[in-house]
Amino acid sequence: MALHISTGPHLRAKADTQRLMLDVLIALCPATAASIYFYGIKAVLIILVSVAAAVLSEFVWQKLGHKTLRVNDLSAAVTGLLLALNLPANVPLWIPLIGSVFAIIVVKQLFGGIGHNFLNPALAARAVLLTSWPSHMTKAFLPMRTLLESAAEKGVDTLSSATPLLVPGMTEVKDLLLGNIPGAIGETCKIAILIGLVYLLVRKVISWEIPVIMVGTVALCSWAFGADPLKAILSGGLLFGACFMATDYVTSPMLKLGHVIYAVGCGLMVALIRQFGNYPEGVTYAILLMNIVTPLLDRALKRKVYGEVKQHG
Amino acid sequence: MRIVDFTSFLLFMVYCVFVNNFIFSRFLGCCPFLGVSSKVETATGMGLAVTFVMGLASFFTYFVNMLLMALGLEYLQTIAFILVIAALVQFVEMFMKKSMPALYSALGIYLPLITTNCAVLAVTLLNVQNNYNLFESVCNGVFGALGFMLAIVLMAGVRERLETSDIPKSFKGFPSSLVIAGLLSIAFMGFQGMVK
Amino acid sequence: MAEKSNKPTMRGVFVNGLLNENPTFRLVLGTCPTLAVTTSATNGIGMGLAATFVLICSNVVISLVRKLIPDKARIPSFIVIIATFVTIVQMTMQAFLPSLYESLGIFIPLIVVNCIILARAEAFASKNGPLISAVDGLGMGLGFTCAITLIGIVRELIGNGSVFGINILGAAYEPMLLFVLAPGGFITYGLLLGIINALTARRAAKKGGDQA
Repeated sequence: MALHISTGPHLRAKADTQRLMLDVLIALCPATAASIYFYGIKAVLIILVSVAAAVLSEFVWQKLGHKTLRVNDLSAAVTGLLLALNLPANVPLWIPLIGSVFAIIVVKQLFGGIGHNFLNPALAARAVLLTSWPSHMTKAFLPMRTLLESAAEKGVDTLSSATPLLVPGMTEVKDLLLGNIPGAIGETCKIAILIGLVYLLVRKVISWEIPVIMVGTVALCSWAFGADPLKAILSGGLLFGACFMATDYVTSPMLKLGHVIYAVGCGLMVALIRQFGNYPEGVTYAILLMNIVTPLLDRALKRKVYGEVKQHG
Repeated sequence: MRIVDFTSFLLFMVYCVFVNNFIFSRFLGCCPFLGVSSKVETATGMGLAVTFVMGLASFFTYFVNMLLMALGLEYLQTIAFILVIAALVQFVEMFMKKSMPALYSALGIYLPLITTNCAVLAVTLLNVQNNYNLFESVCNGVFGALGFMLAIVLMAGVRERLETSDIPKSFKGFPSSLVIAGLLSIAFMGFQGMVK
Repeated sequence: MAEKSNKPTMRGVFVNGLLNENPTFRLVLGTCPTLAVTTSATNGIGMGLAATFVLICSNVVISLVRKLIPDKARIPSFIVIIATFVTIVQMTMQAFLPSLYESLGIFIPLIVVNCIILARAEAFASKNGPLISAVDGLGMGLGFTCAITLIGIVRELIGNGSVFGINILGAAYEPMLLFVLAPGGFITYGLLLGIINALTARRAAKKGGDQA
């Protein structure tokens, strides 16, 4: 009986996390559906392997470590799905498998599980995969035959580029919006992502600051670098990252002002990496870099608040 | 890479601090990075002390190297440089104690540790290897140290946050610190190629 | 442990360096070369042996002159002795093993500031006779060598599919490049250290259980 009483508040906290994670999963549904529509069975398999590996590694770790089983808080499933949607369609299936195991074990559970990871697990895993197997991770199939043909006519080898950032001019805004472009399976269809964003905003799971300011900063910088801001927004993984990854509770700052600084930083880094970096797309690294600044940001801002309290008291 | 104008000076800075970070891509100065990074304040103090010493060491070893070259004693480089660094650290410590007591009380305890910080000896050797002139040498020292400071402060921020986390018992301390450093260095790979 | 006398035995000192106080996995000293040169098993063993040589020589010399050095000038004199042997190693390697010298690069001269060597000079050689100091240097050095070779093997195997340059995992294996890059160094060392801690704790628990 004593056991029951002590786990009472714990269970409620778990239920809250579960509800939150369920909302994120629901918000990811349109993007998931779009990925399956465009890439068919390949997308289904990647998503299945990734989610299953994430959930299973969480389960095994907690079981072996004799910890409270918290797999049904759905956070591992969210990590698995986010990672899957960040992969191109033609990766071999061991890629999502290794990625998910790394995300759950090394990035999350090693530091004490949910709430204690200082990097977004899915993004860290994606970065690991990108560095380890660059050829798999940057090769993306075009979803539509027609586009493939038009690309062949123009003599552009689109097969080997992950994002349309590398082939300017060949993509129309309409294609960018619908997802008729090469890229990671979940991040191409911008309309689906925006539907998810609206759901998260309506349910008050996230606030508007991080995605809007991050995307705005990228648009502004791209304009300053002389690129088309609209295409900069709709290209690559920016919208997906800004809506679903940068807004992660655990790895983004706690206070409003922190959100603003964090989002500007993310946007700036995306623009800088796109413009000057080695990688075709900078969203992953931009968010990871701001993730690691977050503890210092929180510390600086929190101290300010405490200081004020002291003065008044 | 060389410094010829203001732009190349800025690029040199970005390269030393972010792209080719002392900790995250060159593995120099790992002992203090792992040992003195549990608190943000102490990490900042260590970072400042290292910056100070590395700038000075780069400056002085430039002339020491010229002297060695003139005498044809290049093979004594390592011995000469480490002696200069050890002497410098002693001198800085005494000087600070006398004329800057406030700074001394903040940085003093880190100074003896710096003699064996391999980043300091490394930067002086790298200056010679890269044929840097005096200005480039000092910039390399100061910016390299600022990169070290950035790394150690970021590390301390993360470690402070994870202080109360339920890290598995055998991973507490060094093992988890090393994995944190690995993950930080993954994030830093985002800077790859920004300056060549 | 209780029956251990004050006078250290040769065997005890050797095993102590190799296992109980292994510089890499128990004391976590000399992390920079441990992380930097372990991209391959060969580099690991080369670095380890170079450091072992310096460690033995400096231990012996410091032990011989330990009564001549005034306490104040202790650390600088140790550093000069160590730096002398490092320079000898550096020049020998450059002459006879140029490719290894090339791949270890700046980390050869940096053996001077390897904290293992100074720590042994300070903690052991300056208090004990030359023979046992040599044994201490050998134990510590081999402990370091084994540890960084192990890290080198793991990183080379996963990151390149080979060990000591010999392909092990076959052509179909697609190496996980991360392991031969900087993040892989930190992560491999961290995970190995954690696993060794866990194994030691389990063994200690078993021993404790037997005694009880």
